[in-house]
Amino acid sequence: MAEKVQIKVVVNGVEHHSEVEPRLLLVHYLRETLGLTGTHVGCDTSQCGACTVHLDGQAVKSCTLFAVQADGSSITTIEGLGSVDSLHPVQEGFWEMHGLQCGFCTPGMIMAAADLLNRNPQPSEEEIRHALEGNLCRCTGYHNIVRAVQYAANKMAGKVGVAADD
Amino acid sequence: MKVVGQAIPHESAREHVTGRALYTDDLLPRYPQALHAWPVQAPHAHARVLRLEPAPAHRVPGVVRVLTAADVPGLNDAGIKGDEPLFPCEVMYHGQAVAWVLAETEEAARLGAERVVVEYEPLPAILTLEEAIAQGSFQGATLQIRRGDLEQGFRASARVLSGALYLGGQEHFYLETQASLALLDETGHILVHSSTQHPSETQEVVAQVLGLPRNQVTVQCIRMGGGFGGKEVQASPYAAVAALGAYLTRRPVRVRLNRWQDIALTGKRHPFYARWKVGCSEEGRLLALQIELFSDGGWSLDLSEAVLARALCHIDNAYFIPHLEVTGRVCKTHKTSQTAFRGFGGPQGMVFIEEVLTQVAQTLGLPPEVVRERNFYGPSDSPETSTTHYGQPIKDVERIRLIWDELKSSAEFERRRREVALFNAQNPQRKRGLAITPVKFGISFNFTAYNQAGALVLVYQDGSVQVNHGGTEMGQGLYTKIQQIAAEALGVPLEAIRLMPTRTDKIPNTSATAASTGSDLNGAAVKEACEKIKARLAVVAAQRFGVNPADVVFEDGQVWSIWKPEERLAFAEVVRAAYAQRVQLFADGFYRTPGLHWDKARMRGKPFHYFAYGAAVSEVEVDGFTGQYTVRRVDILHDVGDSLSPLIDLGQVEGGFMQGLGWLTVEDLRWDAEGRLATRSASTYKLPSFSELPPVFNVRLLPRATETGVVYGSKAVGEPPLMLAISVREALRDAVAAFGAGGYVELASPATPEAVYWAIEKVRRGALVFGD
Repeated sequence: MAEKVQIKVVVNGVEHHSEVEPRLLLVHYLRETLGLTGTHVGCDTSQCGACTVHLDGQAVKSCTLFAVQADGSSITTIEGLGSVDSLHPVQEGFWEMHGLQCGFCTPGMIMAAADLLNRNPQPSEEEIRHALEGNLCRCTGYHNIVRAVQYAANKMAGKVGVAADD
Repeated sequence: MKVVGQAIPHESAREHVTGRALYTDDLLPRYPQALHAWPVQAPHAHARVLRLEPAPAHRVPGVVRVLTAADVPGLNDAGIKGDEPLFPCEVMYHGQAVAWVLAETEEAARLGAERVVVEYEPLPAILTLEEAIAQGSFQGATLQIRRGDLEQGFRASARVLSGALYLGGQEHFYLETQASLALLDETGHILVHSSTQHPSETQEVVAQVLGLPRNQVTVQCIRMGGGFGGKEVQASPYAAVAALGAYLTRRPVRVRLNRWQDIALTGKRHPFYARWKVGCSEEGRLLALQIELFSDGGWSLDLSEAVLARALCHIDNAYFIPHLEVTGRVCKTHKTSQTAFRGFGGPQGMVFIEEVLTQVAQTLGLPPEVVRERNFYGPSDSPETSTTHYGQPIKDVERIRLIWDELKSSAEFERRRREVALFNAQNPQRKRGLAITPVKFGISFNFTAYNQAGALVLVYQDGSVQVNHGGTEMGQGLYTKIQQIAAEALGVPLEAIRLMPTRTDKIPNTSATAASTGSDLNGAAVKEACEKIKARLAVVAAQRFGVNPADVVFEDGQVWSIWKPEERLAFAEVVRAAYAQRVQLFADGFYRTPGLHWDKARMRGKPFHYFAYGAAVSEVEVDGFTGQYTVRRVDILHDVGDSLSPLIDLGQVEGGFMQGLGWLTVEDLRWDAEGRLATRSASTYKLPSFSELPPVFNVRLLPRATETGVVYGSKAVGEPPLMLAISVREALRDAVAAFGAGGYVELASPATPEAVYWAIEKVRRGALVFGD
């Protein structure tokens, strides 16, 4: 096994210094080293997007990155997007519009949707579908996920200042 | 009713959207001592294991133990039918695990598995249904249902047609792969956290492998990241490996399949092949149908007989067929053991009869929807035409036509039929298709004994409540519905009810959460338990109010008498008073579905408590050059009785439809010549994504649909909507037909763009021949 590498990352606002094996995937670092199990592994081949997190403000599939590639970066996971008492509008949208069933795809879906709304605060239905194409859900049939994102966009538009998570 | 019937979010929604909802493998960071397991997978579809040498694995640093057949203290079998060795000496499918390596890290376990030396003697393998039928490779019983007199039916027929169709299988692709974590609990006994739809059977299998009485084994399922039937029996082998590892090493053992392993190792929806002869009148009325079904059961029997029985019981869908003989066999092939998958054989049976009806319609040159209508069961005052081929009177048979007519009208079917015809006349290379199909689906386990459930409800002195039941949560919203039922039955707010994770030490001998029966069975048991407690509390409150207990009302956490509604007690106050009087504040509940009977040998009786109905209209547009298509619009009207939870039910209908659409259109399982599954990940196995979501998707629940005899008038919802997607297959066929000059359009299943392309080529060639 290769020699371990020192990395420094800020995850959900907390600075972590870790020694990691160079081939350790970011998703395993988050789940197993930091215990942030809200980020899920669904497909192992970067199709399903269940592992989506924000890296320096952009949505990435954390199973396509090594932890060492995140060195020096700031990461937001689902646990850091909002809190139970103060949900991010996208989190609220998925809850209110029943945009989830088994919930396994939900964290990744929410992170991808939050990224979309950062870039495009008022997406059309077509743009929502296109932006989330890289996230798979096996339960809902997607209809309510689109509605959840629309809910969030409206909510964010109504409240100037409710800005992005990053 | 206050709580039941409200559109409320999922019971765990807050946890899900914040990433705090735990799945089995999320427990891993809590057990730093846990060992990781990795399978040694056979590179042959069929082979004898001549030698298995685990020792070299131990040269890999971190490898702790290699599990083989010699380590099993109990029975080396991971099923309940005795045909599924956990550590086989004969490999029965490509990738089957012959041993498992336990190590300090997953990496070490993987490297260790590579080092295990296994010598195989390859044997001839049967890899297709065609080969299995030709070689007579079957397993289980031959099933048959007959009605009327076939010969008489064919004699009376103006037309007799024959046909055949192969239906592809389907990978569950639950987003959470199979996962188990086993450990010795605080008392030194086996505790298995398992992502299982059937904790009691997982407990049974673990106990069997370890050679322990079942009371020594506890299985808990917190929740699943999807199940769809794939974790009904097939979670147990991985729980058994984890438990065996924990039992032998006395350390926690984690088994979590990665996606390749999960797809390669676990069973799928059964591929089916059917061949038939059908007789009909010139008006398209079915008079006689003789049909043979062959399912690909894979290497072991699993649930294949029950799946086949349900296919036979749904060969009628919504149609009266006076003379019918349906026969089924389960083929044995060297593939994964095909298993339960949402619909459980029903979808296959229904696709076949819809195929037959379209064949009849297109051969006679009649609109398929007209032929479908002409063959509906009913009217309800005609017992003969309102009874299924297995002898069950069809309750609420008039709903088939009611839903059909209502949907045709709301979806503007006739107007759009004309628009589609106009579009097709104007566009030589793009054609649209429109179709409506019905669903009638029997609710209850075909295996009568499974139709029972238990519950245990505990009320604490502060008025808060814990609810235990035997059902598992896999995203379908069972816990949400149970929470509503318990809140309604006790007259307390939703927040007072806590749903406990499903555990075998709370409710024993539970049934799988399957067959769409989760809320019917467990909901009724929970309701009974709550009502027992409420009756006891009513006595206490009645004394306080000086009224008859029957005059006490419990609602929203308050208790009053109908004589003096303004004088109110808090629920917790009544509970405390009951405690002081030494009144029991917990109760069990039990439910068995009444009136079910089934003669397995004759395939007759009343296997279902009732039927769920629905219908869907789908419109598609197909490109004549490539076979590419889009689903333009879908309208659904579906019967869930009085919905317990409308948001949950609509979600089930939409999700079920999309999963059915996946099965019939884009999900294509391919095996190579060695029996290796070639579509082992989401990169090669296409799942429905946002692109497949129809831009117009109108889903409604049938109003005023009370189902008497079911908890709060509701109906099961899990499986039936899947079959609404048959309308997409038929719409595609309708579009393909527009490229030709008439006649029966054969369309492969799944109807991938490639399959549609070949169907178009075929009808175009046909049109050329007939057109000349």
